[in-house]
Amino acid sequence: MKDIKDHTDIPGWGMDADPENEPTYPMKNYTGDDHNRINYERSEQQPPTVEILVSTERPAITRVFGTSAPPSGLSGMIRRYAFKHSEDRYRHWIPLILADRINTIEGLIDDVTKGHIPNVAKERGWRMELEHNAKGFLGKTLLCSLTATAVAVYLLNKKK
Amino acid sequence: MLAMNYRGPYRIRAEQRPMPEILHPEDAIVRVTRTCICGSDLHLYHGMVPDTRVGMTFGHEFTGVVEEVGPMVQNLKVGDHVLVPFNIACGKCNFCKQGLYGNCHESNPMATAVGGIFGYSHTAGGFDGGQAEYVRVPYADVGPTVIPPEMDPDDAVLLTDVVPTGYQAAEMAGIKPGDTVVIFGAGPIGIMAARCAWFFGPSRVIIIDHVDYRLEFAQRYAKCEAYNFKSLGDPVVFLKKTTDWYGADVCIDCVGCEAEGNTLQTLSGRITLMQAGSAIALQWAINSVKKGGIVSVVGVYGPPFNLAPIGNILNKGITLRANQASVKRLLPKLIEHVQAGRLDPKGLITHRIPLEEVSDAYRMFSSKLDECIKTVLIPSAKA
Repeated sequence: MKDIKDHTDIPGWGMDADPENEPTYPMKNYTGDDHNRINYERSEQQPPTVEILVSTERPAITRVFGTSAPPSGLSGMIRRYAFKHSEDRYRHWIPLILADRINTIEGLIDDVTKGHIPNVAKERGWRMELEHNAKGFLGKTLLCSLTATAVAVYLLNKKK
Repeated sequence: MLAMNYRGPYRIRAEQRPMPEILHPEDAIVRVTRTCICGSDLHLYHGMVPDTRVGMTFGHEFTGVVEEVGPMVQNLKVGDHVLVPFNIACGKCNFCKQGLYGNCHESNPMATAVGGIFGYSHTAGGFDGGQAEYVRVPYADVGPTVIPPEMDPDDAVLLTDVVPTGYQAAEMAGIKPGDTVVIFGAGPIGIMAARCAWFFGPSRVIIIDHVDYRLEFAQRYAKCEAYNFKSLGDPVVFLKKTTDWYGADVCIDCVGCEAEGNTLQTLSGRITLMQAGSAIALQWAINSVKKGGIVSVVGVYGPPFNLAPIGNILNKGITLRANQASVKRLLPKLIEHVQAGRLDPKGLITHRIPLEEVSDAYRMFSSKLDECIKTVLIPSAKA
């Protein structure tokens, strides 16, 4: 029976191949290992001590991974949903962006419940702005305040 | 230990956090001696990168002293002062074996498109980064490199990302002697790409940005021509004109997803997030390069998509090359360039700020205050 990978009976098979033509060089030192796919020596597996969400485009978890900020709360639920879909899908990325925004609010709630009132001005580095760009910063702040006030007034009037 | 803590877009703080631990036999714990804020960190800071979770520590450019090693680490010992490449690479997968350390297949379970990167969201593996007093370094035998004793630590910290990324941007561009090279973005990477481009023998290196102090710095540091696109009218037409109406031989995008310069791209990409940031720098690169030219991309673009003129890539026969820098592959050559005095990475550093003031440091870099080019954060942990 003919080997499925044997194409030598096809006229001209491989005759124009040029191993020197490697557009990815020098970034990539082509060795042919790509054709071994995912068969390579691996390190030991890092034990999963926290919940790790894994891309559906992988057969399994990687040998090492970060354990920072495991999924939790509502944002975690949304992230778990996102990871049911491949990296190719908008339903993977859009929920992740939404989860990030919800996670910010969760972070605020978490701070307050732990008795920590966040110093937003310090966290946002406003001191730097005032020191080096006072005029521009105050102008921008005034503009934002006026816009927010105008929107609030409009919405209140609309209710009436 | 003291570490940077992300609390949401534009909100970060330095606070006490648990010490990192050895979680894998090939891990090391490194006490950070220097760490930088990268332009890429600003994409996280601005909330542009999906799966950036509250409570994470950023930072992928750092040097430090090895404090502890896992049982299988052989190339490092406690007390070694190392520079740590931003890529987390296993050294064993087929990508690492072929020098693509930025594309390791065993360091990021959350996404296949990108390998693990220190402190760069869960899309890049969920690893806490180096803007802290201590950091866990996985695959410690592969990436971390002992800093040569005579090397200035400020030079070393820039060899973890800025210099390799700038160099690879130029390398990927396939610059030939006599070429005209156009670089979009005069941040640290763009400036370094401009400086490194000269290693390949071009006749002209042009850098495009919209911040005058950065352009002046680039002109001085990288010995290149510098233009503010806000004073050019249409930058693409200007670049065609200045290249005899032919187009640049090579264009390099060192901006990524937060480029300014186009209202539609800003509105759709940076304000409403209808696309993954503004891709105007990439558009200009594609449209400014000659037919059959090369566009090299090291600017960060996130998922899911960007509006870029793919049709022109086809019609003009452009070769597009892009990647995260493979730091480990480039280090020997770059260390040699630095030691021979051909490169002066530390010349990029304009600010040195204690880690405690990380919020101010980010704001300064993000808002381009005080003529900031590159900031080094200094943690205060003692051995």
